[in-house]
Amino acid sequence: MKKVTLTIDGLQLRADEGSTVLQAALANGLYIPNLCNHPDLVPAGLCRVCVVKVDDWKISISCKLPVKEGMVISTEDPEVQRIRKSTVELLVANHPMTCLTCSRDANCELQRVASYVGITQESLKRYRRSVRQLPIDSSNPFFDIDHSKCVLCGICVRTCDELQNINAIDYVRRGVHTTVGTLGNKPITQSCCESCGECVARCPVAALAPKESPISMREVKSVCTYCGVGCGILLGVRGEKVVGVRGDRDNPVNRGSLCVKGRYGFKFINHPDRLTTPLVRKDGVLVPASWDEALERVAANFSEHKGEQFAALASARITNEDNYLIQKFTRAVMQTNNIDHCARL
Amino acid sequence: MTFAEIQAQANLEWEALNNGGRPQITVGTATCGRSAGAMAVVKAFEEELQAKGIDAALVEVGCIGPCYAEPLVNIKKPGWATVSYRNVTAEMAREIVAAFLLGDDPLAKYALGVFGEGEIAGIPNILSTPAFKPQERRVFRNCGTIDPTNINHYIANDGYIGLNKALGMRQEEVVDVMKRSGLRGRGGGGFPAGRKWEAGLKAKGTQKYVVCNADEGDPGAFMDRAVIEGDPHSVLEGMIIAGYTIGADTGYIYVRAEYPLAIRRLERAIQQAHEFGFLGQNILGTNFSFEIRIFPGAGAFVCGESTALTLSIEGKRGMPRVAPRPRTTEVGLYDKPTLLNNVKTFSSAPMIITRGAEWFASVGTEKSTGTAIFALTGKVQNCGLIEVPMGITLRDIIYDIGGGIADGGQFKAVQTGGPSGGCLPESLLDTPIDYDSLDAAGSIMGSGGMVVMDEKTCMVDVARYFLDFTEIESCGQCVPCRLGTKQLLDILKDICSGRGKPEDMDLLYELSHSVHGGSVCGLGQTAANPVLTTLRYFRDEYEAHINDRCCPAKVCKSLISYVIDKEKCVGCTLCAKSCPVQAISGEKKKIHSIDQALCVQCGVCLEKCPKKFSAIACVSPKVKQEES
Repeated sequence: MKKVTLTIDGLQLRADEGSTVLQAALANGLYIPNLCNHPDLVPAGLCRVCVVKVDDWKISISCKLPVKEGMVISTEDPEVQRIRKSTVELLVANHPMTCLTCSRDANCELQRVASYVGITQESLKRYRRSVRQLPIDSSNPFFDIDHSKCVLCGICVRTCDELQNINAIDYVRRGVHTTVGTLGNKPITQSCCESCGECVARCPVAALAPKESPISMREVKSVCTYCGVGCGILLGVRGEKVVGVRGDRDNPVNRGSLCVKGRYGFKFINHPDRLTTPLVRKDGVLVPASWDEALERVAANFSEHKGEQFAALASARITNEDNYLIQKFTRAVMQTNNIDHCARL
Repeated sequence: MTFAEIQAQANLEWEALNNGGRPQITVGTATCGRSAGAMAVVKAFEEELQAKGIDAALVEVGCIGPCYAEPLVNIKKPGWATVSYRNVTAEMAREIVAAFLLGDDPLAKYALGVFGEGEIAGIPNILSTPAFKPQERRVFRNCGTIDPTNINHYIANDGYIGLNKALGMRQEEVVDVMKRSGLRGRGGGGFPAGRKWEAGLKAKGTQKYVVCNADEGDPGAFMDRAVIEGDPHSVLEGMIIAGYTIGADTGYIYVRAEYPLAIRRLERAIQQAHEFGFLGQNILGTNFSFEIRIFPGAGAFVCGESTALTLSIEGKRGMPRVAPRPRTTEVGLYDKPTLLNNVKTFSSAPMIITRGAEWFASVGTEKSTGTAIFALTGKVQNCGLIEVPMGITLRDIIYDIGGGIADGGQFKAVQTGGPSGGCLPESLLDTPIDYDSLDAAGSIMGSGGMVVMDEKTCMVDVARYFLDFTEIESCGQCVPCRLGTKQLLDILKDICSGRGKPEDMDLLYELSHSVHGGSVCGLGQTAANPVLTTLRYFRDEYEAHINDRCCPAKVCKSLISYVIDKEKCVGCTLCAKSCPVQAISGEKKKIHSIDQALCVQCGVCLEKCPKKFSAIACVSPKVKQEES
């Protein structure tokens, strides 16, 4: 790809032609504060936090500004600082000050820009504080929507539109009363939302937050067991329990995306009802048994039922290799073609 | 029919109306006239003419301009100068018919003036009065003189000549004439129209659109409505010429749904233009085909912004597109090249083509040619729509055309450009009206609202009023506009209610600049102009509110008290009887007093106290209980 050279705060950078100034900066390890930008989405330019000065005269947002050969960018110009500071101060003045009890504390983009810009108690004191008082939409079993924390970056709206093509949410009302909402502003469960949680995963603050989101002590790389797509997942583990799942952005299959089952359907792993050992029926009662005992019983019974009286149904939740073996076993050993596969869940 | 035949037919009809030997009565029945009672006047004339058996033509026309004189009636009686009657009622209509049409008494007491050939003793010539002399009616050329529902009236007044001429020119030639005219976009931005048309022509694409912005939303601005209601064909003709010039086949008129009469007039005009071959397939026998559709807007102020407007036509949420972005002439409606102009810009195009670029540029200033239209409102004697050559001063407009401040008041400020504009003080009254001078003074030309304020206007309250408007009308997508206008408004509300802090003025200033520099679109970028200009020119009023808790204009209710002068009160009880909250006590013929804890500052007592006593006064700052 053709490269162009530009200067950001005195540093000469090479960037791909067609990329934006913000992309060029981030790719080169330079942080320009931003809120509404997300690498998976078309830049929207709404938060105005990523303002820069171009060629010493023009104020522009860097997330939509294409790089040009010889371009000179300043991120610390006094005018840039002024606009950026007011913008972030306005956001903070309208945001609840409940950081310590917030699920996104220490992992919040608003906190990050606020501390970068240097918001102080003194500078905030001058503002009229006002936090939106709207009921939390907790209708969804997996996540809550808290409008008081929403910064209206639009990432959720764009995710639902650009990535998922569901369009369950959009902006409703106008001006300071603008919120993200569903058609008719009904609870999220009464919309066409499929609870995939892609928006929740991208929300820079805690306006969209999982109902339970304990921080994991370690992550285990795995593959989702729900269907044949084989999405890469990272299981969040705490103690001996799986407490969360996130999509693996490095996995070429799903590049971080997950569906409702892969993201939220993990509680079976530690569920008390889950079978962890084979059960064998003795005197009409299922009792725990060893694998050897169980397999012997199965083999003994199977051998008496070869041919048309036998059928096998395989599961999508096992691997392709295991599925292959089952059909081979059914045809070669059990001598029947009565083999099917659920292939769907 | 050829265009010449169409013209001949139209001229015949127009001649018959004007010189057919019958008296002609024209009544201004645009929305403004109707709300002043013009339809009752039309009905009265109809009934009276029939009852008296008088053969006269009764014509409904568009807005004539002087709102203060509505309903306006012009009577052209053969052998007489045309008499213009002001504030006509149904009764006056009957009286005028009896006196002037049956008899020969023009009833000078009801007349605003005369125009045309001849003089009438006792009635001034309208065009020589200070209110009309400086005016130059170009965009308003037909408003108030032709029947807007009759295409023949328009054709007989040089209508569609420009289109006929343009269709015989190359597209580049039309662009050249438009460029040489110096016409700048009349929607307020002032972008050179010719350059925009050129960009539209040069834009690549087989599908292009022309869009007319008739989403007039500034408080106190109503000239686009007047042009559409009074002369809809001029807008259509301008759009058709634009369509031919850039190679578009479809035009949209985005008009406010709150303008039902304008929409009806446009519908009728489009239908007539089709019947006469000015719209549709193969216009006037050429290969050029063009259609115009009307799109009623749903009432969002921000949809007057060009990119929000085109998205709104597409059925999407009306939010301005975020820069850096391609120009609308490259990526506009349905992402196709789109030429978007204001009503008055399109209405100017036919006369520029017909009469030439030099004629158009013969009035105005070097960089702002032609005329400017303002909706002159507020505390002036003569409110109304005016059209003046660019370069005329604010003073000329307010004191000559406007007749000075109403009720003998004192001038304080003039606000131009609506919520995006600024308030200019007396020291800037000699500022010439053109895009660049107003910009330099901190205001804008805007779409043409001009609100005059007197000494009874509180400038902090004015800033609060405009911010209240922009806060509501912000689309909400970008932070500086959505939260900045709210913060500015909250601070201004605090100042107006006596909770202002000394550091507020600096914060207002700082925030205003950030909102200006950080917002996505023109609405946000200019939203703070009313704050910045009032801070700049009327800082003392802010200081009085914050430091002394005093509203010098005595407008802000939290900062004023009504008090009774013990020396003057005679105990007539009128104030006590009229007080809606029983805050005034006192026995008959004894001095009354106001309980400040109960008083809601409605001011009724002040109005009711007889002038001869004048015992009640409004004071600021507030007084304590015992002083009242």
